[in-house]
Amino acid sequence: MKIVIVGCGKIGKVLVSSLANEGHDVIAIDNNQSIVNDISNRYDVIGVCGLGTDYETLSDANVEKCDIFVAVTGSDELNMLSCHMAKTMGARKTIARIRNPEYNEKSLAFMQQFLNLSMPINPERSAARYIYNILKLPNAANVETFSTRNYEIVELKLKENTQLSGQRIMDIRKKYRANFLICAVQRGNDIFIPDGNFVINVGDKISLAAAPNEVAKLLKSLGIMQKQSKSVMIVGASRTAYYLSKMLLSSGSSVKIIEKDPLRISTISRSLTGATIIKGDGADRELLIEEGLESVDAFVSLTGMDEQNILLSYFAMQNNVPKVITKVNRNEFISVADDLGLDSVVSPWKNISDILVRYARSMENSVGSNVERLYKIMGGKAEALEFKVSTDFKYTNIPLKDIQFKKNILIAGIIRNRKAIIPSGDDVILAGDNVIVIGSGHRLYNLADIVE
Amino acid sequence: MNKKYVFYILGQIATAQAGLLILSVIVALIYKETAVFAFLASAAISLTIGVLLTLINRSHSKDIYAKEGFVIVALAWLVMSAIGALPFVISGDIPSYFDAFFETVSGFTTTGASILKDVESLSKSALFWRSFTHWIGGMGVLVFIVALIPNMADKSIHILRAEMPGPIVGKLVPRARDTAKILYLIYIVMTMLEMVFLLLGGMSFYDSLLHSFATAGTGGFGIKNSSVGGYSPYLQWVITIFMILFGINFNLYYLLLIKKFKAMIKSTELWCYISIVFVSVVIISLNTYPLYNTMSDTIRNASFQVSSIISTTGFSTVNFDAWPVLSKSILLILMFLGGCAGSTAGGLKISRVMLLFKIIYRELKKLLHPRNVQSISLEYKIVEETTLSAVTSYFSLYIVCIAVIFILLSLEPFDMETNFSATIACFNNVGPGFSAVGPAANFADYSNLSKVVLSFAMLLGRLEIYPMLLAIIPTVWKRKR
Repeated sequence: MKIVIVGCGKIGKVLVSSLANEGHDVIAIDNNQSIVNDISNRYDVIGVCGLGTDYETLSDANVEKCDIFVAVTGSDELNMLSCHMAKTMGARKTIARIRNPEYNEKSLAFMQQFLNLSMPINPERSAARYIYNILKLPNAANVETFSTRNYEIVELKLKENTQLSGQRIMDIRKKYRANFLICAVQRGNDIFIPDGNFVINVGDKISLAAAPNEVAKLLKSLGIMQKQSKSVMIVGASRTAYYLSKMLLSSGSSVKIIEKDPLRISTISRSLTGATIIKGDGADRELLIEEGLESVDAFVSLTGMDEQNILLSYFAMQNNVPKVITKVNRNEFISVADDLGLDSVVSPWKNISDILVRYARSMENSVGSNVERLYKIMGGKAEALEFKVSTDFKYTNIPLKDIQFKKNILIAGIIRNRKAIIPSGDDVILAGDNVIVIGSGHRLYNLADIVE
Repeated sequence: MNKKYVFYILGQIATAQAGLLILSVIVALIYKETAVFAFLASAAISLTIGVLLTLINRSHSKDIYAKEGFVIVALAWLVMSAIGALPFVISGDIPSYFDAFFETVSGFTTTGASILKDVESLSKSALFWRSFTHWIGGMGVLVFIVALIPNMADKSIHILRAEMPGPIVGKLVPRARDTAKILYLIYIVMTMLEMVFLLLGGMSFYDSLLHSFATAGTGGFGIKNSSVGGYSPYLQWVITIFMILFGINFNLYYLLLIKKFKAMIKSTELWCYISIVFVSVVIISLNTYPLYNTMSDTIRNASFQVSSIISTTGFSTVNFDAWPVLSKSILLILMFLGGCAGSTAGGLKISRVMLLFKIIYRELKKLLHPRNVQSISLEYKIVEETTLSAVTSYFSLYIVCIAVIFILLSLEPFDMETNFSATIACFNNVGPGFSAVGPAANFADYSNLSKVVLSFAMLLGRLEIYPMLLAIIPTVWKRKR
């Protein structure tokens, strides 16, 4: 797949690296020569120096023949124009980052049609959506939703004295009689795709596939159920904070935002009338305590600095806030946050690169069974993919226990007629189903890739 | 320093070389020569070293940076040459290992300087291996490896960059591996094209294959004592044209491949190269006219020698050492220049020389207008200041290297012209020099020490100095905590 990426800022770099690692032919455009040099030294891509709206630059980058054109410069308008030019020159799909909240749904829809844009992306909004999903189920570190509402994959960190530890997976399933599947376990830095004999330990991070009400049931019987976070404290009035507050407010939660920059304060206070907005330094302990850090259900740090977010979250965790969510963009810092015991780390950049990787992969198999959805779980070390089963998949109607799957592959769910089945060995895959596959160490493009 | 990865790649290279040596075994079998055992033994040694290194360093990380790239390239060339010399010694074609090493380095670095007094006495398979080293070294050993092995490190561009000549090395397509494949494809097609033209001129299959190898790599090992002198004018012209073609930047052939003719024709380096060839041919023709009978002979000899020297091939059809001083001096200057960047030729490279002149012009202008601010462009693109300073420091280093090699050679009982031209001819990967190392003579009479110095000079020149220098700096080898 030939992919052109315009704008190699922070998010551009992440996209370049993950798409190049996926094996795509990436050409990166930026108007800063030293950034271009750096990019082409670091990744297996070509860099072109120039403006994303310059015809010569675009034709140097062979835009006429590219499959996906992505514009992620700092300016929404430049991204749109650049995508429009690329589309006119012959690019197959165009993706622009449009993140100014002032472009509302209506104008976005109009522009998308008018500019022939394949997909607008808004990292802040998708990050907000992601955080919102976690806040709905605070016990989980992460929650991924799939094409049906009654199936999700939830990541849980097993703290001490959980009843699960020391037990075999098949016993757990028998004991709790809830319909769920443990589909991946992270122990230290290793990822396991477990079978029935796998023994769960304290400190493991597990991925659970189940219907949402089943997850609730299981957590309840384990005695670790928590209600949805009703009062949330957010530090940093970023765009993500804006989108998140809007979602939380409309679901009836109370939101408190702390920000010291007067300009941001005035913008956000005008657009968010329901939230409590505090002008002050989020790094000030006194202020946080005064504003009720000890009584909120959840704490979300969304400042522009990863370091600050990590420290603030650590402080909140020390103060026993039930749910702490940390925004960390740099890959290096994600593991630092893990080491400190912060279990819910959200990376907007990684989310966006997941979306694009998924987009490219599903484009690659536009025929046959294809990837409908892709999530990186367990910090990117394993993948959950949703495939559509076409009629030419050879293993339909065979009980799963009789199919020879590759190592580290697990069928974690079958979605049939919009209903989710948590499969056991006797279940079968039928044509027309959607199948959710967990894999680690493979690069799966097609459903046939999972079978030996 | 990621030593495991460095040695893993070296293992891969040794394994690949075993495969290449097998080709010589096949040649030896075809001609029913006894050298078949020498090649088999060498291939076995190469394979053993390769498999051992690969297995020992199986568990490596793929984190490499520019310094690993340099070190891999430097060691790879040393290992290739050390192993490549074995068949000559084992078969007894070249009994001394120093001589064999010199000959092999000269082959891989596409220099074409020889220690053989009588080339024609060598077995057919040894001659094949000798010319084949030119072809392998021409496009580059690691370019070959990168094209061959899937799942190389993401940053394999560092390896390519350390091996490919020129001031600015870019990729043709986003993937380093695809770039390497395209380069080899162009290389193979052009080599075959030359073979076809040589066959059409009545050259035997064996001769045309070996000459094509030597031309493609801009090497210049002849397989006759008179180099190319004994062949018909048509064949000489074919080789002339192809020597010029292989001195052109391969990126231009890629442009041809993707039908961007305009961009190709617009290349300033190409026109500069062609003009230098043309002007040199005209001056030398006028200068040497009295030596030859006809105009056509004069022009043919002048063009052959000029294109042989500027592309740093080193074939000859006449003994240009007997030419007037003006012609010899022009040839000496051409040895410095070399071909275009991104070609298989050696030397300073035309684009680098163009940048040097532009820098000089800018400095002069700055003396007149001290506040003048001016950017320098090449091929219609602004060249970064960092690149410019890299070019000037490369040139300084280049001069220093020549000085050091020249002084080391001065211990020999030869005249200054011999020593200086030997330095220049080896360092720029040309091959023949003047006087006692002229086209009609060879390097056999140098001492073993000088042969090692010259071998090192050839490697320095082919890899553009830095890799070899970095590989011997101890701090580069510092181990990780």
